[in-house]
Amino acid sequence: MNALIISAVWGVIMMFSGIVLKQKHAIRNLAVAGLILLLLANGLEMSGTMFFKVDTKGMIEFDRFALLFDSIIFASAILYLLLSARDMEKVGSNYAEYLALIFFILCGVVLVASFKSLLILFLGIEIISIPLYILTGSDKRNLKSNEASLKYLLLGAFSTGLMLMGIALIYGATGSFMNANIDVFKEPPSALLITGMTLLMFSMAFKTSVAPFHFWAPDVYDGAPVVFSSFMMTIVKGAAFIAFIRLFDEAFGSLAPKWQLWMAILTAATLFIGNITAVFQQSVKRMMAYSSIAHAGFMMLAVYAMNTDAKEGILLYIAAYCLATIGIFAVLGKMSDYTFDGFNGFAKSQPLLAATITIFLLSLAGIPLTAGFLSKFYMLKAVIDTHHNLWLVIFAVLMAAVSIYYYFRLIQAMYFKEGTVKEIHITPVFKWTMMILAAFIIILGIYPNLLLYWLYF
Amino acid sequence: MIPVLFIVIPMITGLAVFFFKNERSVKLLALFSSLATLVVALLGLTLLNDNNNVQYSANWLGFLGSRISLKVDGMGQVLCLLTSISYPAIFIATWKNQYQKAGNFFGLMLLSQAGLMGVFVAMDALLFYFFWEMVLIPVYFLSSQWGGEKRIRATMKFFIYTFLGSVLMLVGIIYLYSQTPDHSFSIESFYNLNKILPGKTQNWVFWLFFAAFAVKMPIFPFHTWQPDLYEQANTPTTMVLSGVMVKMGVFACIRWLLPVVSIASFQWGDVVTSLAVIGILYASLLAIQQDDLKRLVAYSSIAHIGLMCATIFSETTVGLQGVMIQMFNHGINVLGLWIVVEMIEKTCGTRKISELGGLAQKAPSLAIFAMIIGLASVALPLTNAFIGEFMMLNGIFSSSITHYNIVFTVLAAVSIILAAIYILTMIRKVFFGSSNTVTSNAQDIQWSQKLVLSVIVILILWLGIYPDSMLNLTHGLSESIIKKSDVLPLLMKH
Repeated sequence: MNALIISAVWGVIMMFSGIVLKQKHAIRNLAVAGLILLLLANGLEMSGTMFFKVDTKGMIEFDRFALLFDSIIFASAILYLLLSARDMEKVGSNYAEYLALIFFILCGVVLVASFKSLLILFLGIEIISIPLYILTGSDKRNLKSNEASLKYLLLGAFSTGLMLMGIALIYGATGSFMNANIDVFKEPPSALLITGMTLLMFSMAFKTSVAPFHFWAPDVYDGAPVVFSSFMMTIVKGAAFIAFIRLFDEAFGSLAPKWQLWMAILTAATLFIGNITAVFQQSVKRMMAYSSIAHAGFMMLAVYAMNTDAKEGILLYIAAYCLATIGIFAVLGKMSDYTFDGFNGFAKSQPLLAATITIFLLSLAGIPLTAGFLSKFYMLKAVIDTHHNLWLVIFAVLMAAVSIYYYFRLIQAMYFKEGTVKEIHITPVFKWTMMILAAFIIILGIYPNLLLYWLYF
Repeated sequence: MIPVLFIVIPMITGLAVFFFKNERSVKLLALFSSLATLVVALLGLTLLNDNNNVQYSANWLGFLGSRISLKVDGMGQVLCLLTSISYPAIFIATWKNQYQKAGNFFGLMLLSQAGLMGVFVAMDALLFYFFWEMVLIPVYFLSSQWGGEKRIRATMKFFIYTFLGSVLMLVGIIYLYSQTPDHSFSIESFYNLNKILPGKTQNWVFWLFFAAFAVKMPIFPFHTWQPDLYEQANTPTTMVLSGVMVKMGVFACIRWLLPVVSIASFQWGDVVTSLAVIGILYASLLAIQQDDLKRLVAYSSIAHIGLMCATIFSETTVGLQGVMIQMFNHGINVLGLWIVVEMIEKTCGTRKISELGGLAQKAPSLAIFAMIIGLASVALPLTNAFIGEFMMLNGIFSSSITHYNIVFTVLAAVSIILAAIYILTMIRKVFFGSSNTVTSNAQDIQWSQKLVLSVIVILILWLGIYPDSMLNLTHGLSESIIKKSDVLPLLMKH
């Protein structure tokens, strides 16, 4: 509850900060301060200190899972702002508003992470989506950005419609919006309930860019300004997955035999399309967009398996994926040329950044000693523990091997190809934050307990 | 403590070396580090060879059932000794080589050593997988950054092949782990699985593991990355690849495959042995055709490894022991061959056999060393490889688990004749006859190569004449592995 209220209030403060504060760096510092406050307040809630007592009639519940996820998200958001907040200045003149929208999105993220009622889920998803439509189109003079925004809005509205329809059908079938009440039904489940569940599955698959509902993702991620696509691909996608897991665990857990095979098929399709298409990209930004679809496929393994390992693992996965992607996009935002060739000779001019990017790429590829490996390990272990559909595991690792190709292509460009990279301006804060990100990835890759410990104590 | 030192010494110095700019100090530090590891290895074999020192265990991922559990057993001793001899030998033999960014080169070399040592001493499946991959990353950078023109492509091929194999093995490891009653990755729990897992399950788990090992060894038809990479990578990297790294696959078959899924190893034994034997003949015939010295050695390496693989699946104590010591022998022999090839290329500027000739007149000591090492590769009696290959062929012949032991033995033994053809032809064409324009200005080798080659020759002769010193190390372990993978009681139980 702490984080929910503070993030909403801080969003409003940020909106007015643009009038009061004239200097950009003051606004930026205010936003970082707000996020640190959020992280602290959330940490205090984990240890039992609540600032606000609100009776939500059981519609929102802040359990360990949600709180830990919120902490991961806030920590990632701090690092994200430290790395990329300067680049937001380049997007347009409404600096304070962009940051305010980010706080509103975080408010929505907190909601979807802890919903106990479908109404809250819907509310959270909408609170996340609407600011995102704006941020996607924030580069107003860029046609691609406008196109991406419109595409996202139209398709997003469509999927929201599906979701509402699904919720309505489920209400018709069970007479309740509460997760716990939906899960109690008379055998056999009514067609109404199954249809509603399927519609919800489709709309959540849309929000998480799972194939075959992924078509918007590459265009939107590619069209949006780099700073915001980074935010969308990491923090927002993580939140959507947490909602997906919570929904199908709490509301449709007993229906698992009905949806499990479908989830397996969606997972396999996402892995295939994401990885295979990423191989053919010439732009690093677009490659990362497809890689984000590929990672959605891996996270879908958790939705499919839906056991303790899956829930622990998805948190680790989101942390690992967010850290690595935020780092790569932070550098991408500084580059003028997004193609692979644009990175030729990068290691010579920026050895430190090249080394950190290499660590991020190794983590995304799932090489041991990085967080990316252990998170993939958890996903595979979760699926193997279900003792069904083991082909999915084999398929997933084959696709992981494909991903080596496009991640290592960037490493090859940076280290082994000759070329000159335009001078890019790097502040010491940027350098240190990148090193902290890399250190986090390696530490989590050796001791994941440092994170998962908080799930139980 | 010894296994920890094996990993920690190269790892720490490897990381430190990255920050050194001066090439000379980089080389000295790397050499010092590798010599320190060698001293530890020798102490571990002699003075400190007791149970407390060769084991180490600590908590790691307790909730997953994985521990940092390291142990140097007989086979581990042999391979750690090979690794710790190879690195200083490589550093000394290539002492004069100039590198761009020497700090990175030697740092990556030492990191690969740390990973290799880890693979050989890990007694926990997850840890084993960690080290298995940890070797791959430094080697990827080593062979992409330094080497021939087509190195990037060749390295990528190698990397994707091996990574694909490794992740399949990862699935196998997680599956076996989920089947262990105590949910543990420890090697004991994996060995106990043998009695629990039904043959049908073992049959497909076997291929998940064997995919990784077959690519690494490499076994026909998974070998296509190897000649390209050996040709393109620079010689020190190739020495690591063929001297030590290919042993990972052979080693892993013995430790992680045979005693873990023995029913499947028995069932698939004939298939794998056939592939290995095909590989032996195919690679030997190709080696005869090669004009490039590096490719010749690469194909000969495939043939030698194929024989080891065939022997493993014949499951006899004597054969297994032969494989263990042959891993060491092949390691130092191939190291010697690479040094010879490197020297020829350095002094004549070409690796083409057709362009060389009469080198013995200009470089007599190189010729002598090349001759001895060449004869050792042919497994001439009184050289180390003779002992190993004799024991391996004996193992295949006396195997009781296959009906085709005589066929396999005869075909595998043909490889020795073929080896004699390609090695001796190569030596004749390169070193004898009259010298030509390419070789007329050749120079003989220098003290550093002489030193390393003499050590190798001493080892060749010593192990050829008095192999007991090595056999004693591996006897107990071979017996216990054969006992664990005895399928008869398991089949009766199911």
